[in-house]
Amino acid sequence: MKLLVAVKRVVDYNVKVRVKSDGSGVETAGVKMSMNPFDEIAVEEAVRLKEKGIASEIIAVSIGVTQAQETIRTALAMGADRGILVETETAVEPLAVAKILKEVALKEDVEAVILGKQAIDDDMNATGQMLAALLDWPQATFASKVEIADGAATVTREIDGGLETVKLTLPAVITADLRLNEPRYASLPNIMKARKKTIDTLKPADLNVDITPRLTLINVSEPPTRKAGIKVPDVASLVEKLRNEAKVI
Amino acid sequence: MTSLVILDFDAAGIKQPSRSAIAAAARLGDVHVLVAGENVRNIAEQAAKLAGVSKVLVADEAAYAHHLAEPMAALIMSVAGNYSHILQAATASGKNVLPRVAALLDVQPISDISDVVDADTFVRPIYAGNAMATVKSADKVKIITVRAASFDPVAVEGGAAPVEAISAARPAEKSAYVGEEISKSERPELTAARIIISGGRGMQAGDNFAKLIEPIADKLGAAVGASRAAVDAGFVPNDYQVGQTGKIVAPELYIAVGISGAIQHLAGMKDSKVIVAINKDEDAPIFQVADYGLVGDLFTILPELEKAL
Ligand SMILES: Cc1cc2nc3c(=O)[nH]c(=O)nc-3n(C[C@H](O)[C@H](O)[C@H](O)COP(=O)(O)OP(=O)(O)OC[C@H]3O[C@@H](n4cnc5c(N)ncnc54)[C@H](O)[C@@H]3O)c2cc1C
Ligand SMILES: Nc1ncnc2c1ncn2[C@@H]1O[C@H](COP(=O)(O)O)[C@@H](O)[C@H]1O
Repeated sequence: MKLLVAVKRVVDYNVKVRVKSDGSGVETAGVKMSMNPFDEIAVEEAVRLKEKGIASEIIAVSIGVTQAQETIRTALAMGADRGILVETETAVEPLAVAKILKEVALKEDVEAVILGKQAIDDDMNATGQMLAALLDWPQATFASKVEIADGAATVTREIDGGLETVKLTLPAVITADLRLNEPRYASLPNIMKARKKTIDTLKPADLNVDITPRLTLINVSEPPTRKAGIKVPDVASLVEKLRNEAKVI
Repeated sequence: MTSLVILDFDAAGIKQPSRSAIAAAARLGDVHVLVAGENVRNIAEQAAKLAGVSKVLVADEAAYAHHLAEPMAALIMSVAGNYSHILQAATASGKNVLPRVAALLDVQPISDISDVVDADTFVRPIYAGNAMATVKSADKVKIITVRAASFDPVAVEGGAAPVEAISAARPAEKSAYVGEEISKSERPELTAARIIISGGRGMQAGDNFAKLIEPIADKLGAAVGASRAAVDAGFVPNDYQVGQTGKIVAPELYIAVGISGAIQHLAGMKDSKVIVAINKDEDAPIFQVADYGLVGDLFTILPELEKAL
């Protein structure tokens, strides 16, 4: 079966972003960019399904600026077979991303789409669920275990109280949580091989998708900062402070 | 303007985060709530008493027992036309179901709001809470998940709302519930606790949570949390995780033990009222957000702390 994985180029998770002084957004100039960590997990899961002989082909899709090609290359080096870049200079919201992924999924006739559960820049946690709705496919979000057999995916999901297992009829959409797997590092030979794999480039208009945003960004501000606290010398003074100063115990 | 709030509950009753979601919705106008599940009459009765609720919709059918996204989205769609805003707490269920509804309505959802500016404008954290975005929606219906820690929950008593049964045609069954493993604990839930004590990789083993953290939690009536590193190492179950991708908490007191303070962890707890950090590394970033820092070995500090309480 064919699999689609969605990979987003985001500010690297180790970077502590700074809000621009004019409140128009966060500083991204000169900042390290990487594949969204959850998408690495999604790619890894797809590659493992291929290694087990369950998946036949893995297509990595990214929607974004020209440099998102690099993100697709990373997926190809991890083991995806080919890439599709849907190129746009403007930021695309999850609803429009989902519409684009829907068109690609139908065109490529895939049997499952694996996404990250959340992009660590916009923290929306919405695209996979929206894609499933648009395709009228079942969804399993926050996956920590995936088993595919006999036209169905059995997925263990991380929920608030623990874990839940659901069974979906394929085709289906799955979003990856942190504990699904540990993504591999691409080996040098695989990075070389990835250079020869193809990446097709499209525009949203080629897929007839309107990407006009629905949300207007009014302003981006710093979160409230905490006042620097104090160090206490020992347990007795800690307990005294908590009782008499903070009055929380 | 009337909002619909989808309620989260379990056998013990309506979850506190849902009461926070009602508080957020109340800032927008009239509030109706939806109780969907199997044998949920007692939950509907509780919902009717919540302060600020003017109507309770109940869908009592086995199909909704586990809040699977597909039947839940179809159910919400059957009443969506009556509402200007549809909200749910940003629980695992809210995050799973509401974006699906949004796509069916051709709406861009607004996830995890921490403030309401006006009927179209909301504040939400981005980049793991390192920036706050104010966004204005042009969609006719607003689909919103609510960061519970940012809104004081409405009172459990005070309302007397009428209860109305609803039902909807169900979509073809493409998903099925297989089972669950829910951690059982006598302690308060993380998202509702007044005090939380969390352990990180520095705890070294799951046994040390039982030996060193739990006795203190018992004395303080606290919930127990953890960093991702502690969960990944198998010290505690996944639902203990606090952070960007775990639970977002804002208790009166948060005690971080053997946790370095990575941005992803801070994202989940830095709005706590008072933060205590216990760490042997005096340069650990957790001390930058701690009101009271204690530098030292947790294996000597925790037993002392237990005795001193
Ligand atoms: C996409 C993404 C999402 C993430 N989401 C989350 C999340 O939701 N929540 C989360 O917590 N993390 C999350 N992380 C992981 C995060 O980046 C850190 O790796 C993690 O929080 C580290 O956990 P820790 O502080 O327990 O471990 P470490 O960073 O290893 O820190 C251990 C600390 O214990 C101290 N210590 C050790 N021994 C002792 C002792 N005997 N006495 C006292 N102190 C001691 C050390 O000095 C150190 O500061 C995420 C990461 C990614 C990439
Ligand atoms: N621009 C994009 N390009 C490719 N994949 C994306 C894009 N935006 C979102 N996704 C996918 O959707 C997931 C959830 O993103 P979000 O809903 O924005 O939190 C991500 O982990 C990606 O797998």
